[in-house]
Amino acid sequence: MPTTFHLKRQPTVPLEAEVLSPDILGELSNSEIRALTVYHGKRQLPLGDFFDVEGERSTNLLLRGDLNKVRWIGRAMSKGTITVRGSVGMHLGAYMTGGRIVVHGNASDWIGAEMKNGFIHVHGNAGGQVGAAYRGSLAGMKNGMIVIDGSAGLEVGMRMRRGTIVVGGPARDFTGLQMKGGTIVLLAGAEIRTGAWMNRGTIISMKPLPLMPTFISSGAATPTFLPVYAQFLKPLGIHLPFRAAEGAYRLYSGDLSVSDKGEILVWQPAL
Amino acid sequence: MLRITGGKVYDPAHGIDGVVKDLFVDDHGRFTSSVEGGRTIDATGMIVFPGGVDVHTHVAGGAINFARAMTPEDHRRTQAFIRTKTRRSGLGGMAPTTFATGYLYAGMGWTTVNEAAVPVLSARHTHEELADIPIVDKTSLTLMANNEIMLDQMEKGEFERAKQVVAWYLWAAKSYGIKAVNPGGVAAWKWGKDAKQLSSPIEGYSKLTPGVIITQLARICDELNLPHPMHLHCNNLGVPGNISTTLETLKHLEGQRAHIAHSQYHAYGGDGWETICSETVQLAEYFNSHPGITTDAGAVVFGNTITITADGPWQHLLYKLTGRKWGNLDVENETGCGIVPYTYRPSNLVNAVQWAAGLELLLLIRDPWQVFLSTDHPNGGCFWRYPEIIELLMCADVRKECLKAIPDRVKSKITLAEIDREYTLGEIAIAMSAGPARALGLARKGNLGIGSDADLVIYEEDTNIQKMFGHPRYVIKAGEVVIEDGDIREAPQGREYLVKPACDPGTDEFMRPLFEDCYTMSFENYPVELERIEHPEIRDCSEATGK
Repeated sequence: MPTTFHLKRQPTVPLEAEVLSPDILGELSNSEIRALTVYHGKRQLPLGDFFDVEGERSTNLLLRGDLNKVRWIGRAMSKGTITVRGSVGMHLGAYMTGGRIVVHGNASDWIGAEMKNGFIHVHGNAGGQVGAAYRGSLAGMKNGMIVIDGSAGLEVGMRMRRGTIVVGGPARDFTGLQMKGGTIVLLAGAEIRTGAWMNRGTIISMKPLPLMPTFISSGAATPTFLPVYAQFLKPLGIHLPFRAAEGAYRLYSGDLSVSDKGEILVWQPAL
Repeated sequence: MLRITGGKVYDPAHGIDGVVKDLFVDDHGRFTSSVEGGRTIDATGMIVFPGGVDVHTHVAGGAINFARAMTPEDHRRTQAFIRTKTRRSGLGGMAPTTFATGYLYAGMGWTTVNEAAVPVLSARHTHEELADIPIVDKTSLTLMANNEIMLDQMEKGEFERAKQVVAWYLWAAKSYGIKAVNPGGVAAWKWGKDAKQLSSPIEGYSKLTPGVIITQLARICDELNLPHPMHLHCNNLGVPGNISTTLETLKHLEGQRAHIAHSQYHAYGGDGWETICSETVQLAEYFNSHPGITTDAGAVVFGNTITITADGPWQHLLYKLTGRKWGNLDVENETGCGIVPYTYRPSNLVNAVQWAAGLELLLLIRDPWQVFLSTDHPNGGCFWRYPEIIELLMCADVRKECLKAIPDRVKSKITLAEIDREYTLGEIAIAMSAGPARALGLARKGNLGIGSDADLVIYEEDTNIQKMFGHPRYVIKAGEVVIEDGDIREAPQGREYLVKPACDPGTDEFMRPLFEDCYTMSFENYPVELERIEHPEIRDCSEATGK
């Protein structure tokens, strides 16, 4: 049985609730959970002031309500699951090292920021800086997977080093900014400056992209890793075409202002 | 009033090496021969040192502030100082905030620091920050070796005029002395070049060479009777094979006073990053045969730090080497600055050589009055890591243990493994306090004699050297107990030392047209007003300082 949290009072300012993590709640009784401290602006209040809590001692959490002002859910979690029925605020799953988070709703900015491992699935839209590095840090997500069914905001995968981000809807500007590795799959393309300053890593787009002049076309082919990758994404319901009969990928190398090791693959369906 | 009884006292300036002795402090915060009443600190079984003096550090001003702004990632992971009744908030880490800088220095028994690189244009800002560094006393050095108005005079062969310009700048900056960074190199950097040869003309000039700047600036320091000699960061810092430049520089300085900053960065052989090796034996040999010249180690400790220096061209190279962040500042006609975060790793060949070279210099230069403890904070490591270096100097076993982490291919490039010397407590007291105080010409610092400032630190004797020096039992500043049992008890304001060299009154009118021609600010707004300095202590330079 998961421990269920029902938001009973909408915070007036952002509520910082990094205690909503299986690592912290897994061993606690119901009353201990309700007594945990959350930060409502600068005020320290018990978690029970904002949530009705049912159940205890579980590493599976179910959150209900409009949580778009609740930040840091699943911060640095290493195990267990969090399921959200509703929307969530910023920094969901930041620094996480394992476990799963599924959001049946929209998520805000900085989800999975600097995560080391684990899995995040947002069924709605996400904000910007998905799997990104916090300001000043050298590297964003180092491994793990983030799947967004809807659209995403600015700087998706900024400075990511490894791992995978899949965006179902359109992404905004600067997708893969300063990427150092890993893979971003864009099923509905992105706005401008995709891959700016990318050093390494792969961006795969199913839709044409407005590319920066610092990317050069390096021919059309389907790289050998693509069928393997398509196989890996298939269980998640993501279709990555690779058969020659369906079309081919055009490869662009860049960002030449820093490196030629980054690659953007743009799908070109057969006519 | 205060008396400290029963402690084992180390006061190398007076030849006292571990003698049990009582100390007395009068109401003015100075040592005296006896007092009536007041508090008594029983230091029986403890060790008493004069408060530490950092001869070369970067703790205030535009560059370190830029470094703070550039490293939010460090602020997220570092030690936070929470505000209390006696303490302001702040952050430690690679580039600690102003208040935290004072707490951290005082917390390990350092009571005087020398901010080693201040452009005149950011002197006002620097003094504001220095005022916000509590507890410790401060001095600051003005960057001169790339100042265009001065260089123009040297180019024209107008030595007297150049001297007057320097004297004018020193008082305008309310500074304590002269710092020369990569003489001519930073000026050349504004043309995208560097100054690599002491005898080649500098980019933008027809006959002026770095060698001329070095000798003339050293002479200017002497003729202006500055308490601290020219503080020189040599050309070709950090470059493999730069030992030849460093030795040539030292030959230019023969017969003159000088302090060579962070000499570890200037003691490399080889001709590339693969062949780099430590040439500290040669450099130490030079110091051993020339007792008049001083240096500080600029030792490296492994770990994260941020490098900041007026040596703009070097920082651009470092940025290209590391691919990390790079900040570059241009300070109009005076100097420049580069900022690059850096991680020293034992597994990295170059870093391992640097780590060894810093310790080698401290160990191979025989006279501790010539070589002082420094990391060129934050370049070689943060100042709050000094206790680690003290331990390495005092314990050959710990050095041997650390050498195990160094890759084998480095071992032929360094001599550290062959050195058995271990510093005594008395020698540590010289390297961390008495020596730097003497080099800075601060007669009332770094010693426990009657009439000197009662800045001292009391350690509980411990076989764990790092712990002993990292956590003193008491720190006393100007007779006030500031640290007791690991707690900050008081955070008084320190003083700032300035010099007022003799300057020809006509220099103002000489400077004005040149200034208005090339600076973006108005002449009247440029010099720092004396009223802006908190607790200034002005040093009259009319009497000769001993060579």
